[in-house]
Order: sequence, then structure tokens, then C-alpha cells
Amino acid sequence: MLKIEIDGKEIEAKAGTTIIEVADREGIPIPRFCYHKKLTVAANCRMCLVQIEKFGKPLPACATPVTDGMKIFTRSEFAVKAQKSVMEFLLINHPLDCPICDQGGECELQDIAVGYGGGASRYTEEKRVVLNKNIGSLISTDMTRCIQCTRCVRFLKEVGGMMELGMVGRGEHAEITAYVDKSVDSELSGNIIDLCPVGALTSKPFRYSARTWELTRRQGIAPHDGLGSPIEYHIKDNKVMRVLPREEEGVNECWISDRDRFSYEALSSPERLTKPMIKDHGNWVETDWQTALEFAASRIKAVVSNNSQELGVLVSPQSTMEEGYLAKKLAQGLNCGNVDHRLRQVDFTLDGKHLGTPWLGCTIADFAEIERVLVVGSNLRNEHPLLTHRLRHAVKNGAEVSLINALDDDPLMPIANKLIEVPSELVSLLAQVLKALVDLPKITRKLPDALDLSKIKPTASAQKIAESLAGFGQRVCVLEPRAGVFLGNMAQHHPRYAEIYSLAQTIATLSGASFGVLSEAANSVGANLADVLPEADALNARTMLEETRKAYLLVNVEPELDCHNAHLATAAMAKAECVVALTAFKSEALRDADVLLPIAPFSETSGTFMSMEGRVQAFAAAVKPLGECRPAWKVLRVLGNLLGVSGFDFDSSEQVSREMLNGKDAANCLNNQLSELPPINLQAASGSALQRVGEILLYQSDAIVRRAVPLQKTKHGGVLSAAMHGEQLKKLGLSAGAEVKLSQGNGSSHFKVSQDDRVPVGCVRLPAALKESVALGDLFGEIKLEAAR
Amino acid sequence: MSGSFNQVCFRTVGLPNPASLKTYRSVGGYEVLKRIITEKIPAAEIIAEIKLSGLRGRGGAGFPTGLKWTFMPRNYDGEKYLVCNSDEGEPGTFKDRDILRYNPHQIIEGMAIGAYTMGVKTAYNYIHGEIWAEYEIFERALDEARVAGLLGDNILGTDFTFNLYAHHGYGAYICGEETALIESIEGKKGQPRFKPPFPATYGVFGKPSTINNTETFASVPYILQHGGQNFLDLGVANSGGTKLFSISGHVEKPCNVEVNMGMPFPELLALAGGVWKGRKLKAVIPGGSSVPVVPADIMMQCTMDYDSIVKVGGSMLGAGSVIVMDETTDMVKTLDRLSYFYYEESCGQCTPCREGTGWLWRVVRRIAEGKGRMEDLDLLTDVSNNISGRTICALGDAAATPVLSFIKHFRPEFEYYIEHGRSMLKA
Repeated sequence: MLKIEIDGKEIEAKAGTTIIEVADREGIPIPRFCYHKKLTVAANCRMCLVQIEKFGKPLPACATPVTDGMKIFTRSEFAVKAQKSVMEFLLINHPLDCPICDQGGECELQDIAVGYGGGASRYTEEKRVVLNKNIGSLISTDMTRCIQCTRCVRFLKEVGGMMELGMVGRGEHAEITAYVDKSVDSELSGNIIDLCPVGALTSKPFRYSARTWELTRRQGIAPHDGLGSPIEYHIKDNKVMRVLPREEEGVNECWISDRDRFSYEALSSPERLTKPMIKDHGNWVETDWQTALEFAASRIKAVVSNNSQELGVLVSPQSTMEEGYLAKKLAQGLNCGNVDHRLRQVDFTLDGKHLGTPWLGCTIADFAEIERVLVVGSNLRNEHPLLTHRLRHAVKNGAEVSLINALDDDPLMPIANKLIEVPSELVSLLAQVLKALVDLPKITRKLPDALDLSKIKPTASAQKIAESLAGFGQRVCVLEPRAGVFLGNMAQHHPRYAEIYSLAQTIATLSGASFGVLSEAANSVGANLADVLPEADALNARTMLEETRKAYLLVNVEPELDCHNAHLATAAMAKAECVVALTAFKSEALRDADVLLPIAPFSETSGTFMSMEGRVQAFAAAVKPLGECRPAWKVLRVLGNLLGVSGFDFDSSEQVSREMLNGKDAANCLNNQLSELPPINLQAASGSALQRVGEILLYQSDAIVRRAVPLQKTKHGGVLSAAMHGEQLKKLGLSAGAEVKLSQGNGSSHFKVSQDDRVPVGCVRLPAALKESVALGDLFGEIKLEAAR
Repeated sequence: MSGSFNQVCFRTVGLPNPASLKTYRSVGGYEVLKRIITEKIPAAEIIAEIKLSGLRGRGGAGFPTGLKWTFMPRNYDGEKYLVCNSDEGEPGTFKDRDILRYNPHQIIEGMAIGAYTMGVKTAYNYIHGEIWAEYEIFERALDEARVAGLLGDNILGTDFTFNLYAHHGYGAYICGEETALIESIEGKKGQPRFKPPFPATYGVFGKPSTINNTETFASVPYILQHGGQNFLDLGVANSGGTKLFSISGHVEKPCNVEVNMGMPFPELLALAGGVWKGRKLKAVIPGGSSVPVVPADIMMQCTMDYDSIVKVGGSMLGAGSVIVMDETTDMVKTLDRLSYFYYEESCGQCTPCREGTGWLWRVVRRIAEGKGRMEDLDLLTDVSNNISGRTICALGDAAATPVLSFIKHFRPEFEYYIEHGRSMLKA
């Protein structure tokens, strides 16, 4: 520890820390613009100049490491003169347009100018004007306001993983710009709005819609991926005007993904359902709650009174724990165990074998510190945009990442080893890694007896992945590496998920790595814990659709978009006698429903999400429900009452959650272990048929994000095409742009073909959860391609 | 006149085909390198000789070269780099260009000796983008040296391996700043780095690096051939050796000349044929446009060495770029031109320089256009002081210095402009 003195205050500091870090820790204010604790030091704004004893020049606090005995003066005449002069320079070319600037009121330049700026400018020459750039649908630019701090440049390069902005030109002509005519496409791009200390980068959807001082701030939890980022709603007139991150070092640090930031736009979508609706002779009619609820209850009752097993309850994993719990409780009250939230899962072999709730297997903070990683079946940036940055950061610190997947998308970080093969090979690839691992002399743990790998021959890449996990490395060897094996969404959607799960877990056990699941949705873990799962011998999310039920209760579900097999879901809904949908949106996907009950989305209801690391995060409603919407837990409560199910007299969602947890400590319920290994078929030969890789695109993951227009307008909004490897196209005699007919089972659709060499030969990459592809079936498996006529 | 001319860096000047290996060999070229690497002279001995010679960095800062060479970590496991800074771009400077043109092999030999001394295998010579012909001459010299086995693996059959590459810039003044030069070598936009860390710990590609000026490297073979004491004795106290002076402006014969340190300024002026057209001397910028201007009467008392120009002249020797101004020189317009240069060449990275250089130039330009205000002079002084010492690199100081010194020494000319809207010289 070094002893230093700042403004006469004696402070202990670690060697290697900078003055600004120590000052920030001690609450000593030093003005700054370019410095940001999460970014590299640029020392270019010069606002943090301080006086240091025995130095004739002021030095930047952000870039000056403390030394023993250093005496620092942040408020001396010398220091303040330097700071004020920098402020003057920053202001001479900055436009005085604060009254029309969206940053006004929350502008770092404005705030610091109050303390360090002059009353009037001494600058009487011409001011600089910089042309604005169009960098996409999320961020608007007013580049004349830019003070060249380069925070945005550094963020995109260091956190986003790709240098999408840079400074071109010299001196006064220097300006921040994207590559010629390119937009900023990072899935984390919105953070540069928060980072920009002036109004150069502001939110395009929010632009000119409110002033910061008119906004009420309420806390919430992001409702999309399993990270569970804490967010802050900014509200005006009972409307969410924008969403910002709250800081939680162990979860989101200080960032959020664009999905979490801009999805609020869907909250005021014209598709919002604001009144209950009943289908009357094929026509949708608005009605009152009483009528709608009684109608729904009577229809359900009519079915279950005959046979309680004819009901199927599907709950989205984006629903709160309370909503899921009540849906399950309602079904149970009706003697029905057909409840599930794992809508995109298709292999349920592990049901009944889990010893607890599957989760990440470690905290997100631990995840960030990892040294050796194997990620299986994940299109990382699409599935877990912000968590991927943690991995990127780990790689920067020397971690080695290996990937096994069916798509070779660039996660924007150096990848040590990867095995990219057709989806049906995933099990075999894992077996190879496991075999290579067992054969390493270092590995002393034994394989489970049931596993016979004697016929497996690992490839060189599989060998390398095994070695990496065991601590041998490309550059650095680690004796006992902090390692992890994680399953992504595509693994969870895979038709042989059970085998993938148990092989990956065995790999983890043998290599001493932690094992976990990158849970898909905001409340996947929570829904599991709340037991939104089928009872033993009851139907799961797949069989409920295969063995069509007479009645379905849908909570937050758009069947053809949220379920694994769109074709199957569509058919089941069409065939059902009664479909009761609790939904926030009028949806084409609910055309076969009989009653639509308008429920409050994440911002308008209280509830609890449980993140992939098992963090239980309760939140309150940020705004009042739109129109006649009601929180889903209240709707379920009334349905329970109307259906005569006992134990449904809840007055608050907290009451529901108390009953649900029943004194349990959620953390103790998390467990990825299995009671027994499922049978693993290592002989299964994959045919030569074309296979589908059905991914869920970044902005198609759930009903809310699908309706966030600014997100849909980004590059990730995407144009749907059937993408194939160049070689595959050649094999089929097709060229990009050609139209083909793709069919799975009875469903088929026409698509344009495109070339994408990230797709293994033998596959067609065809996203699901899009209306253009709802005629098709399973996310994976055989797909037939014919020339379109 | 004292001493002789063109003795060290320019020793091939005047010989036929001066840039050729043959000519360089005829003056004893590469003999020192050969002796050093075949006899395996210890690095410490070489550094001691350089220290004894009093050689100081000829790029302008005047940092003792021998000392700089000791900063390079000795037992570093990995690549280290040596860089020659031939990015000569300041108004008034054109000396390195002539070394490249007339004596490129001496640079190569100097760098090879430096590389041997500091345990470096790879080096770059970063050549200013606006002197393409000299870049080509240097490339030819490299080819000659490679063919002759003086560069590459196992030089002259020893275990000394040294590869040297020429790298030409694109004319940005800022790339003469050593850390911006490093960024440029790395293929990035030339912008200075914040120091510390200094290049000796974090240089080219993040590896320990030493950067010296062209003239500095070219002086090394002479020093080791004739001994540090010999070199030291060529000059005066604190300023050992010879120095190249680039004399430009209002002289009869603008030229580059290598003379012994400590030559009285009037003698140097005479070497350039004196002030042209029989006019009187008004002022001199003795070390390139970034050092303070010195009025004639003071300059005539200076000798051309590091100390005298500081103590007597109140300026700096800099790179030895002597800009001579006669009595007809309009100091306001001269400052306008200089300020425009810094405004145009600021890299734009840090605030005071990016914003301040434009401010300074616009105010000076306004005065030169006859629209000045009396308070502008204090404003210029204040803005200059606000830039000075607060930037990442020295370009900010370089931009402030002309403004401060021109106003200090020639304030009445500025005041006249402001009062009358025109130059006093045309009154």
C-alpha cells in the first residue's frame, strides 16, 4: 500500500492505481469527460488535470499512477486554472443549443460547465460545424456537439468487440464517424448514448419526446435474456419513454443490450390489446372483463369437466414466477398436470432426472473470471448479447474459448478452438471431446460405467478442446484453470438435448469445470423453480401439441412463434375447441383463440424474475396498465375463483410469491446434477439429407421485442432467407437470390436463397419465430428443398 | 571561421556518387560496425563512448543519446525495436533529408551499431512522406547493404542479425512525434500516446523501443571511429560534436551546412551568404518554427550550441533549423503562416491543442486582415499559455511558442496592425 495525499487528506492506495481511481473511491470529485472506469484510458479531454507537488505541469488524473508520498491537489488555484482553461477550449466550438438538445439536463458538459465554465465566451471566431451521420435506427447524431472524447469509439472496440466508430481527420477537422455509409450494428450499441458526455449521440426513438426533468424514474428488470439486467424506466404521463441500465457490477456492470434498452417501444405498439376480446362466429368482438372471464372459465370448465387431461397450459418463460406459479396451480386445481414453459425445447428425456433447477452453475461474476470455456450450441451474440461481452473480456485477460456449434457466427472475440458441424453431429462431437479428455494422462476422474467411448476417435480439434479445458493452452498453460462448460439456446432446442446435456456435464466433471445452462429467457430459471413443468406422466410443451388438447390456456404465448415447431403449434391451436390466451398483444398468431385477455407486460405488473445465475429479482409495476389491461397474476386469480379452484385469494403478487417460495431459499434449489445418465446413442449415423438450423434471431426472441419497431429496423431485424454454404449451393446448382421451396412434414414455404459460409455444408439456415417461416416445422432435422416453380 | 565543415554526417558530401556504398566505404564506412561485431565489443563500452562524446538528440530535444540507450531493458525476453525518426516536417527543417540523400549508409551503420548495443534485431527508418526521392535513395542503400551482407542474418559472418526497413509516412507533421510515429508504424492513425509508459518500456507493437533522430544515428559511426573525446572536442561545453544547420529564409544562399558546435551566429550567417539583397537582419528563428523567435541584435550575440541559444537568445537550438528574416518581414503575417501550420497539423486528439490552435490562428489571421482588437494580444497570450504544458504531446507547446515570442518581441507591430488595419512596414 502506498500513502498519498489528495487535497490534504491522507489516503492509502494500491500501487498501479491512477489518481482518478483513488479520488473516485474517496468521493473526491475530479471533472472528466473521456475517462470511464470500464474503458481504457485515453487522457485526451484533459479535463481531469490536477496539480502534483514538484511537477511544473498539471497532469491528467486519469492517466497518472499514484506513487508513494505523492501530494495531489485537485482544487488548488493551479489545478482549477488548468481545468477551467480546458473547459473554455471545449466550449468554444460547442454549439449553444442546450435548449433544443436532448442531452440538456443530463449533460456532463453542461453540468461541469456550471462549475468550470466562464459566464461569457471569449471566442468570437467562426464555430466548427460537423455533418451528422446516419448510424442506424437506434442512435441519432448531432456531431457538431461532439467533444471527441472517444468514449463511443473505445466502447464499441473494447466492449462491443468491433471498432465500428473511429476518429478521422486531423485537428479541428477530426470527427467521429462510422465506416463509409455503414451503420453501427453492435447489439450493445445503445450504451454509447449513455456514454456520450454531450448530446452528440442520443436515442433516436426517444428524441424530442421528453425532457429529462419531466421523467419519473422507476426500477425494473429487463425481460428478455436470462442475464436479468436491472433497468430503470423513465416515465412521463404514465408512459415508459425510455429505458436505461441500473448499475450492478455482478450482473450488467453498467451496460444493457439494445434489446433490453429499446424493447419498451413495443409497450405503446398499436398492436397492444387493451380490451378483452371474444370471438363471436369468427369475428373478434371487444367486451368487458366480466363477460370475457366468465366466457373463458365456462369454456375451460366445459372441457375439463369431461376430461381434465384435455387441457394444456403453455406459459412463456418471459412470464413472471408468480404468473407461472398461478397457471400451474390453476391447472393442478383442475386436476390437470399438462403445464410447461419450455416452449422451444423438444427433447424432454431428462424430465424427472434433474436433481434441482438447471442454471448457469456459477455466478455471472465467476463467469467473467473464467479461464477456459467450452460453449456448446449457442449463437452467443444473438442469444446472450451482454453476457457475451463478459466472455470477450475474459478472453482479453487470457481466457481460451472453445465452441461447438452448428453455426460459425463470429462472437467478436478470438476463439481458441471450434468445431462447427451439422446439428446432428453435436452429440458425436461432444463424445470426441470427452474421449480426448479421458485419454489425457492428467485426467484422473473416471467415466461413468454406462459410457463406452472405446470406438470414438477424436479429431485434432476435439483433442485441442479437451486439452484447453484441462489447462493446456495455445499460449499459456494453467495448472488448475477456472473452467466452464455451458449449453446455449441452440443446445437446449436440440432434438438430442438430453444426450448433449449429459455428455457436456461429464466433460465438465472430468475436467473439473463448472457446468451450466445459459438460460434462454428472463425467467427460464424462475419458471423451473416455480415448477411450471408437467407433472409426472403429464404432457410437456411438445406432447401437448402433438397430442392435440381440446383446450389450451396460453400465458404470454404466440404459439407459432414461441414454440419449437410452428407448424405443429398452428395445427394444434386450429384443432382445439377452446383457446384462452392471456396476452399483451393482438396477435395474428392468436387467430385461433376464442378469448383474448389483455394482460400487463413487464413494465405494468409486479412480479419476480429469476436470472440464469439464480438471482431472484422482484419488481413493482412501473406504470399503470394500459387501457383495461390487468396484471396476469390478477387475471389468473379471478380465473381460479371462477373455476372454483381453492386457494386463489391473493391480494398481491408478493403474497403469491410468498406462497410459491414457501420459505424455500431459491439458491438451494439450483442444481444441474442428474439422478441418472440418459442412454446415449453413439452409433446414430446422420443421414445425408439436408438439415435445418432453425435459429431464433436476436430481435425475434419474444412477443415484446418482435414489436419494437426501432429494433426491427436494424440490421438484426433481418431479411429472411434460406442461407447455405457456397459449396452447398454449388452442389444444389443454386445461386444466391434463387427461389426455392422448403418443406418439413406437411408444411412448406418459398424462400430466397442466400450464401452464408458460416453454415456447415449439408444445412439450411432458416430462422424461426418469423411469420415467413411459420409454415415449417422443427428447428432442427430434415428439411426438403425443391426448386420453386 | 572555426573548425572545418561537413566532417561527420556530411562526410560524403562533395564526393562522386555520395550515397553509394563504395563512396561510403572510401571514407571508412562500415569499418566500425565490422570491428564491433567481429571483436564483440561490449555494449557498455560503446555506450560509454557515446556518453563521452556528449552526443545529444539531434531531433530537437537534445536528450543525451548515451543515456537514452541505457533505458532499453537489457535482458528482455522478446522483440525489441529500434526506430530512426526521419519524419522531418517542421517549417525550416531539412537537414535529415540531405543525410538521406548524400549519406544514407552512415544512418544504416549507426542504426546497426545501436541495434547491436541494445540487442535489437529489427529496426525501422520512418521517412517523411513528402520526400519521396530520398526515401527511394534510402531503399537503394538498404538493398546495397543487404547484398553486401551488412544487413540481414549473420552479418559479416558473425552471429549478429539485424533487419532494417524503410517506412515512409504520408506527410503528417505529428508523426514526427515519437509515439505518434510508433502508432503510424503499427498501421494506426498517427496520434501521440500518453506517456508514461515511455517507448523504452512500451514502444513499437508494445515492445521496448528506442527512437533516435537521423542525424543522431549518423553521428554514431564517426564517434566510434574517432573516439568520443574527438567528437566532444569538435564542439563546446555541453554541446559536443558537429551540428547540421539548415539555413533558410532571407539569405543569399539557403543551405545545409555541418559545422562545429559553438560557431558564432554571424559566422553561420556568412556561410549562407549573409542576409540577402544587402538588407538588415530583423529576427531569426534558430531551431525550427516551434522555438521562440529571436530579435537580430540578440541573435548576433549567440553562438550555435545548446546553451548559448537558451541563455543568450532565450530560445532553443531545436533541430538547428535557422530561419532568417530580413527587415522587410511582416511579423504578423509570418505568425499567421506559422499558426496556420500548427492549426492544420494538430492531430485533434486532445482538447487544448485541437481547439486552441484554431483559435490562435483565427485571431492572428483576423489581426492580419486588419480586423484586430487590442484585447486580442492578451487573449492570444492567455490562450497560448492555456495550451502550453496541458497537452498529450509537445505540439501544443510548439503552437503556443511562436505566438508568445512574436508578441513578446514584436508587440508594437501587432498593435500597429490593430490600430491602423495594416502593417507598419508599409507606413
